[in-house]
Amino acid sequence: MITFANVTKRYPTGFEALRDVSLDIQAGEFVFVTGHSGAGKTTLVKLMAAIERPTSGGIIVNGQNLSALRASALPFLRRNFGLVFQDQKLLFDRPVLANVLLPLEIAGTPPREAKKRALAALDKVGLLDREKALPIALSGGEQQRLAIARAVVNRPAILLADEPTANLDAASAGQILSIFNSFNQVGVTVILATHDLQWVDKLRPRVLWLAKGKLHEGLPAQSPVELAPLNALAVPGASDTLIEEATR
Amino acid sequence: MSLAHHQQALATALERLRDAPFNALLSLLVIGIALALPAAGWVALDNVRLAASGLAEAPEVSLFLDPGAGRDEVKAIEQKLRDAGAPYRFVAKDAALERLKAREGLADLVANLPKNPLPDAFVADMAGRDAAAVEAFVKSAGEWPRVAHVQFDSAWMRRLDAFLRLGRLAVVLLAGVFGVGLVAATFNTIRLQMLARAQEIEVARLIGATPGFVSRPYAYYGALQGILGGLLAAALVALAFFFLSGPVGELTRLYGSSFRLRGPSLAEVGALCAAGALLGWLGARLSVALYLRQQPQ
Repeated sequence: MITFANVTKRYPTGFEALRDVSLDIQAGEFVFVTGHSGAGKTTLVKLMAAIERPTSGGIIVNGQNLSALRASALPFLRRNFGLVFQDQKLLFDRPVLANVLLPLEIAGTPPREAKKRALAALDKVGLLDREKALPIALSGGEQQRLAIARAVVNRPAILLADEPTANLDAASAGQILSIFNSFNQVGVTVILATHDLQWVDKLRPRVLWLAKGKLHEGLPAQSPVELAPLNALAVPGASDTLIEEATR
Repeated sequence: MSLAHHQQALATALERLRDAPFNALLSLLVIGIALALPAAGWVALDNVRLAASGLAEAPEVSLFLDPGAGRDEVKAIEQKLRDAGAPYRFVAKDAALERLKAREGLADLVANLPKNPLPDAFVADMAGRDAAAVEAFVKSAGEWPRVAHVQFDSAWMRRLDAFLRLGRLAVVLLAGVFGVGLVAATFNTIRLQMLARAQEIEVARLIGATPGFVSRPYAYYGALQGILGGLLAAALVALAFFFLSGPVGELTRLYGSSFRLRGPSLAEVGALCAAGALLGWLGARLSVALYLRQQPQ
């Protein structure tokens, strides 16, 4: 579904964010891209969604070679993805429902159908009762769930999230990850850039490890990140309920 | 690009007009005044044309025939006049003499003439034709057989025509200048709107919006603003002419004319709105194109 062949990304400042990265992600995989801050996680995500262009090497997404992609085809490539940004990029001038409607307006979904789907997406992330609220009135976890609702409302084949659990307490992070897990279980390819490894044992994702721009498969033998004790996973029951609801 | 996209864009544009009425009103005033000045010039010129054609005698061309022209030759000339499509009347030489006799002080003179010196004549009515057409008619009629002399005083008509042409050119130049101003004003309005909505535009593009999707609401906004500006301009011109019509009517009555000042016609109001819409749309499109080019995808 996503293939990188010897991809290097050097920024104009000379900083080499990725060095000779090759990877292959199949449809339906659940992938954690992890590593220190500045290891290149965000760059990897941006390259996948063609937000950045590689300095060298080839990227193929859904059978499309990104380096041969015309600018006019870019918007349609992006619609394959549900993107959750590190800074969420919610629109604070409009209510929750309108935020979720945006991708459907872009796709030209008829308004009645769009509303139905937006409400269904809000339901999946547990925000149905907040549809009229302004994003500013939501908690950090709720804002993140709103960002996910907006990402999934168009039923993308690939969910791509950059640090979706940053700045969240363990309970909220657990909820967020269980939502991603539920989408993966219904066949969506989910790729998360995160340095939060305490969920690896529970969710058993494929782990890609970035260090100094080089990509490694699996966690290093001596992980610099302490795996959290298992009791940190004892999240209030909400997360399991959410998974059940979403996959029902 | 679907119909839903266009409905959405139009609805968005209307919402933005409604949500910032004060800003919209200021832009509308600028656009309205920019359109009102050339529009007023245009309608005023047309009034001058109408007034002049009402004040002056109906333009007539007299064809004096050769005294020796026979019946058949006169009939041939009559046929040519009919072909030319101009209303005409025949003034026989005897009838012309009678009319001359009827004039004060000429009766004695006429009575003393040994024979009628007047020729037969046709008088063709040239009302509704422009100077060039009348000129052409005079030239061709002069070459018809047995037409001795063609008389037409075209100087006033040509002067008026030249004046109107000059006036129209001035109006067109004025319209061009103000048109550029209108495009620039819309360009600026739309740019400010886009800068205020930079985040929305960025997010939309990141999640798959085409440049068309981004630009459509702004293009509609520009066009709508242009249409409203056109209506405002028409209202300003109509209002000005309403206040002028009284004094102008009085003035023309003193010249013995029943001329009445006319305001902008429905077609002219339509043309104003169409011009406003087109220029507003153009300004918006240029603004969006520049903005999108400056922002990375």
